[in-house]
Amino acid sequence: MPSPLPDGPVSLLVSTRKGVWTLHADALRSAFELRGPSFLGHVIHHAVADPRDRRTLLVAARTGHLGPTVFRSTDGGASWKEASRPPAFRKARDGETGKVVDHVFWLEPGHASEPGVWYAGTSPEGLFRTADGGDVWQPVAGFNDHPRNAEWTPKEVNPTPDGPLLHSIQIDPRDPRHLYIAMSGGGGGVFESVDGGGDWRPLNAGCRADFLPDPFPEFGQDPHCVQLHPTAPDVLYQQNHCGIYRLVRPSETWVRIGENMPRDVGDIGFPIVLHPRDPETAWVFPMDGTDVWPRTSPGGKPAVYATRDGGRSWRRLDRGLPPSQAWFTVRRQAMTADACAPLGLYFGTTSGEVWGSIDEGVEWRCLARHLPLIHAVEAASLST
Amino acid sequence: MRVWIAQPLRSYVQQRSAVEAFGATLAQLLDDLERRHPGIRFRIIDEQDGIRPHVRIFVNHEAVRRLDVSLRETDEVHVLQSLSGG
Repeated sequence: MPSPLPDGPVSLLVSTRKGVWTLHADALRSAFELRGPSFLGHVIHHAVADPRDRRTLLVAARTGHLGPTVFRSTDGGASWKEASRPPAFRKARDGETGKVVDHVFWLEPGHASEPGVWYAGTSPEGLFRTADGGDVWQPVAGFNDHPRNAEWTPKEVNPTPDGPLLHSIQIDPRDPRHLYIAMSGGGGGVFESVDGGGDWRPLNAGCRADFLPDPFPEFGQDPHCVQLHPTAPDVLYQQNHCGIYRLVRPSETWVRIGENMPRDVGDIGFPIVLHPRDPETAWVFPMDGTDVWPRTSPGGKPAVYATRDGGRSWRRLDRGLPPSQAWFTVRRQAMTADACAPLGLYFGTTSGEVWGSIDEGVEWRCLARHLPLIHAVEAASLST
Repeated sequence: MRVWIAQPLRSYVQQRSAVEAFGATLAQLLDDLERRHPGIRFRIIDEQDGIRPHVRIFVNHEAVRRLDVSLRETDEVHVLQSLSGG
């Protein structure tokens, strides 16, 4: 996910089931002002600022009735225009069952050398690209029409409630043609392209799929969130349905680093956030993955866990968070960091609260409450 | 012909409840509607030409699910929202 530049005030873009709110920090991040809503009533899965120009914002929207679309602003959110061609699969050929985008789930600004390029991941799983800042979107045929796409994205009879997802689009800062994506659904897993999306291959060795007869399949895992380190791009972290993993390229094998989490907490969760200046540091928000998978804070005691040594050890960070009877769920896009020093961390809950820490997770405070279900929180440093 | 527009779509038609559009079939009518009010068609019709699950289209008060329905100049079309939860 894009991180804000460290030289401007921090804003948080809070995407919810009923619209977008923003939280604007003062220069010291001591006070956050809640503004909004924008797009009231629209289901917003992701709102992202472009770190390349600090003025462009894209919002993935749909409503309960209407089809999916993308709204874009080139003035920091003062005004909005709808994409003239939102992400859409190509028309089915004779005899084919065509795919239909249900919602745009993930928005990712492109490589620094490609201003105007963004990628979008959708439900059901599709990859799309724009070269004009989000106005006209084209399918990435190399993935959507890949000879193995039907294996990787099988149509499900009973899909998960939010549908199968293509998410965690990650771009190697050294090479705009080197891409990673992740998928959760009937197929799933992490996939890599080294030719700008023309061809793809699974990259899941070492990663478990406990819900399949073969726990180590070529693909079919359920990565909840994958992050590539922006300054050490050979390092990737993954919060998976079956644990926390790290991959250091050129290795092709993920190593489970969540085994080092406390046993009574486990290493199941949705988001994972990296420190933009330290590839050994990451934060997760564990969820209860026992029994029937409550997917709440374990024991009703929410906490962030941090590693400072690449996953060899983890430290619980819960000061300021409710000590009991708080059954937070934090979705995969709903935890983020700014780029300040010390780093600010933020997460949004399905119960409509935004929590923040401006000391790398040591002390937490509630920045907003009573919002709708939060899908995503992204930090930005907008040009004023 | 007159096309009645559901409330969630009125941002595309300057907040009017009904607009004019023309076509010999529903598909042509929707193309004309898109030409006059860019962006509206994809919110109603998906990329495989299916009517979206929570949209209903009526021609002369009769629900239709296909776009190859023939239309006459005197027909009246309603593009409506169906119930979709909370």
